[in-house]
Amino acid sequence: MSRPLVVRELRKRYGDLPVLGGVGFDVAPSEIVAVVGPSGCGKSTLLRLVAGLDTRYHGEIQVGDEKVCGPHPSIGLVFQEPRLFPWLTVADNVAFGLREREDDAARAHVRDALEAVGLSGFGGALPKELSGGMAQRVALARSLVTEPQVLLLDEPFSSLDAFTRMRLQDHLQAAWTRYRPTLLMVTHDLDEAVYLADRVLVFGERPGRLVDVIPIAPPRPRDRRDPALAALRVALLEAVHLDRGERAVA
Amino acid sequence: MRATAAVTARRRWPSPLPWILPAAILAAWWAVGVFGIFAAHQVPPPSVVFDAAIGLWRRGLLQQDLVSTTVRVAEGFALGSVVAIVLGTLTGLSRRADTMLEPTLQALRTVPTLAWAPLLLLWLGIDEPPKITLVAIGAFFPVYVNLVAGITGVDRKLVEVARVFDLGRWEIARRVVLPASLPELLTGLRLGATQAWLFVVVAEFFGSSQGLGFRLTDSQQSTRVDLMFVALVALAILGKATDGALRAIERRVLRWRDTIGEARR
Repeated sequence: MSRPLVVRELRKRYGDLPVLGGVGFDVAPSEIVAVVGPSGCGKSTLLRLVAGLDTRYHGEIQVGDEKVCGPHPSIGLVFQEPRLFPWLTVADNVAFGLREREDDAARAHVRDALEAVGLSGFGGALPKELSGGMAQRVALARSLVTEPQVLLLDEPFSSLDAFTRMRLQDHLQAAWTRYRPTLLMVTHDLDEAVYLADRVLVFGERPGRLVDVIPIAPPRPRDRRDPALAALRVALLEAVHLDRGERAVA
Repeated sequence: MRATAAVTARRRWPSPLPWILPAAILAAWWAVGVFGIFAAHQVPPPSVVFDAAIGLWRRGLLQQDLVSTTVRVAEGFALGSVVAIVLGTLTGLSRRADTMLEPTLQALRTVPTLAWAPLLLLWLGIDEPPKITLVAIGAFFPVYVNLVAGITGVDRKLVEVARVFDLGRWEIARRVVLPASLPELLTGLRLGATQAWLFVVVAEFFGSSQGLGFRLTDSQQSTRVDLMFVALVALAILGKATDGALRAIERRVLRWRDTIGEARR
């Protein structure tokens, strides 16, 4: 069961530097919401706060009707880098967050998660034997296996080449279809946002704030070549550029 | 295909490279005597040393020396590294333990460790305890220093992953920090073992009646240079064997590492 994510009037500063200046939005259960915006707009900070890694903020973050005040097993986070534990096999990495890791149920969960990201049969491999894309898929499986109600992704595919990235977007979508978590992903890839999300939140710079929300209506699974997506991408591009005071050349 | 064949061939036939230098040293040793650079009473030729070793073995003394020295090293090394692992884990993980213990340990470390020998004799008598303690002190610091460096050097990003999964401090220590600092711990253990062999010789200089260190001093007094060489060669072989064993363990335990060293194997 996935739960909604509610963010209200979220403010955060590092010393004198305001990073988030009052951000508020809702993410419905099992909805996919992408956050785009220039670097330094507090996107990653937002995810760290929601994940409970940093609890010094003003405002409110709720998952379901629970206030976030520290890491919580119902919230998962996939980082920009895979961050696999190099001494654990792929299967043990995936099992890392499970309370019971040795029993048959755990093994079945791990198998399912690896299958969901298309890595069946790689359980015994070591992280050093994986490509960048495979490692990130293992990281995704590790976050999914605990069946979090809210899954956060921090530019998860940004360090991968274009082809691998597209493949991983499809893996993510397949995995989401299977586990159906509420999904909040930060990205700088507008195509990715338009391809995957139900809604795209556009953030403005310093301090980070919400400047636009663009709904992406076409039903999933989507076709990357769909002209409707191309039009939405243009709209998104304009929203991002308008905020920076540079009129997009239409 | 050819590359694979070459690799397997290399595995089947161990490379002669590591043996070139020892062979050269042995040849030089032999040549030194033959060409009269050193007199036989200064550098006895290999054959004489070999005969001396056989003689010592026949009298049962070489075995005795080997066993008692090895036992002292094993006991002292075990004691020293266990204490180092316990204290290193404490200071590495807990800031309070660090502020409490670290300054003192650093101060103790600056004392040349061999300077402990006379005091230990005074405190612990002349039997085994002072010798084992000295070896333990020798093994302690390399293990401790490397383990602490390993723990404090663990990637914060990995710890963060564990925090996202809502793991407690102890769980994070056990499942992330300690395994991640295993490479440094093993380096420390190898250095500690080397130190242990170093210190056992000094420990045996004082008030012992057997052991390779005793054999060295005893042979010096009786001007049996050949026996001194026997002791030296035995120490070299034992030290090398210990390091080889620890390296084999390291290779097994750190199979997951993605380093140049790992790729060469």
